[in-house]
Order: sequence, then structure tokens, then C-alpha cells
Amino acid sequence: MAETMLTTLEGTATRPGGWRGIVTDWSSDQRAFKNVSWGKAMMWIFLLSDTFIFGCFLLSYMTTRMSTVVPWPDPSSVFALHIGGSDVPLILIAIMTFVLISSSGTMAMAVNFGYRRDRGKTAVLMLATAALGATFVGMQAFEWTKLILEGVRPWGNPWGAEQFGASFFMITGFHGTHVTIGVIFLLIIARKVWRGDFDQGTRGFFTSRRGRYECVEIMGLYWHFVDLVWVFIFAFFYLW
Amino acid sequence: MAQTDVQAHTLDLQIPEVTAGEASHAEGQQHPIKVYLVVWGWLFVLSAFSYLVDYFGFEGYLRWFLILTFMILKAGLIVAIFMHMAWERLALAYAILLPPVAVLVFVAIMTVESDYTALTRMVFFGPG
Repeated sequence: MAETMLTTLEGTATRPGGWRGIVTDWSSDQRAFKNVSWGKAMMWIFLLSDTFIFGCFLLSYMTTRMSTVVPWPDPSSVFALHIGGSDVPLILIAIMTFVLISSSGTMAMAVNFGYRRDRGKTAVLMLATAALGATFVGMQAFEWTKLILEGVRPWGNPWGAEQFGASFFMITGFHGTHVTIGVIFLLIIARKVWRGDFDQGTRGFFTSRRGRYECVEIMGLYWHFVDLVWVFIFAFFYLW
Repeated sequence: MAQTDVQAHTLDLQIPEVTAGEASHAEGQQHPIKVYLVVWGWLFVLSAFSYLVDYFGFEGYLRWFLILTFMILKAGLIVAIFMHMAWERLALAYAILLPPVAVLVFVAIMTVESDYTALTRMVFFGPG
């Protein structure tokens, strides 16, 4: 109850904004994040640490690609699919991008309906998000299979710089793992929403704390982050 | 729950200041559905644009400029609207958004480093 009060009753109207607001919030010897619950603040801090992990992966990829004297394989043709008698460049990756963006859209709507206490719509939208996420992982599995059959290995490939395979499997593999964990996380929260746990304040089996619809928003933060990371992978690995 | 209760009151003395008017505020982040649909649409359009960069085969600085522009716009929309950062207090926004700038410093360092590595490789493996 206390936490609900903290997050919902505390308005921001009486507090100063801008730089003055930052200084007063951080120096007030209380809590820095005034109208944000610790659950949400901690998810943000976790996502920040995850940003550094993916940042380091992309950086190591940049370093190997810039320092190799062997030409880098052309992603446009490597990831092309043979459709209707011609090679369409990068088409699978484009479809994966649209699938993931769609899942982010349904997730944002789920958060919205959650706060409106519309249990049914929230659960259905979360299940749709999970289904799109699972589709994404399935397409990624297809892509991995195709590349492995074509001879891509972490230590070499038929087209050029050997580091291509290592970067590809590491970066997309780590991202795919995040998506998979997200799908499981989504299914767990969707089940709780469907049962009405957040309406009745049922205690969680592990934390024994009362659930709130904010759990859906925190779950959403993780899911949008997974989409966000894909934006960077798409730009730097597939398009560059 | 009692423990959290005590914590809440000792950690934040501002609670008594909260007026009845604020108590009637809606729970959590509530925004019109239309905002999400518009952002969703823009993300589709921007993704299509970045795919077309590859499809039309733009090269060189134009390609990199377009890729980065669409990437930053998409990332900005996701963080600001879908993740609600636009409506959070600046104390949280800066705490989360400023540290990744350190990654850009790392990028600069590794650019210099990989140029050096490439140079030594060319000297070592290159023709006599």
C-alpha cells in the first residue's frame, strides 16, 4: 500500500522543474526518483547496464571490422532471400524489424489498457506481443540455420573477413536470448493479468509482494528495450 | 508490509504535502491511445526508409548519414513515447540517458586503436 501511495499520490506539480529540479531531487537526502517506484527505477538501471553490454558488443564488432585488411562480407547479399526468381536483399531482416516494431506497439497499448484496469484487453495485447516475439525468434532461428548451412562459422565464412561469423552469432544470439526471456516474462505477467492478480493485489509467489498494474509497464520497459537494441543492431550490423 | 510503510514515511517526508486534489490523479502513466498509434506508424515509416537505403544501394557518407538519422529518430521515439521517458522527471531521464555518452568516448578510443591495428597489419602483411 505504502508504495502505491508513493507512486500515485506524489504529484510533480509542487516540485521545481528543469536543472533546478534535478539538483533539488538529487540533493534532498531522501530519494532521487520522486514519483517513480523502485521497481521501475531498478528496471531502468538494469536496462542501462544492458546498454553497456550491447554497446561493448557493437564496439568490438566495429573494432574488428575497421581493423581487418580482408574485405567484410556484404550483409545486403548475405542476408538476401531468393523469392520469385530473384534475390531480394535483406528482406528477412526487414520483416523481422517490422515484426518487432509491431510487438512494441501492442506492448505500449497493453500498458495503457493495464492502467485503465481493462484486464481482458491487457492480457490479449500482451499475448499478441509474446506471439510476435516468438515469431521473431523463429525467424532468427531460420536465419541462423540458413547461414550455418552456407558455411558461416565463428571462425570463418565463404565470403570474407573471418570475424564476421563471430560478431554475427554473438550479437544476434545475445539479442535473441533477450527476446526469448522477454517472451517468457510476458507470458508470466499476462497470466497474472488474466487471473486478476493486479486487481485483487494478490501476493507474488516469489517476492510475496502485492502486484500492481505498474508491473505491466515495467515489463513493457524491458520489451521496448529489446526493440531499441534491435534498432541499433539493424543499423550497424545489417545496413552499415 | 509494515516495514515498507515505515520506510516510505522515513524516506519521503513529502507525503503529507500531497493534497487531496493530487490524490484524484489517475494511476501511473496514462496517455491517449492515439499517441501510441501515431508513434507506431512513424516507426514503420522510418524502418521502411532505412530498408530503402539498402534497397536503393546508397553508398558512402550519404548512406551512413541516412542510416544514423533514421536510427536516432527511431530510438528517440521508442525511449520518449513507448518507454514514457518524455513524461518522467528530468532527474531520472538524465540519470539513465547521460551515462551511455561514455560509450561514445569508448567509440572514439577504439576508432583510433583499430586504425592503428589496420595500419600495422597493412605494413606487416602488405607487399614488401
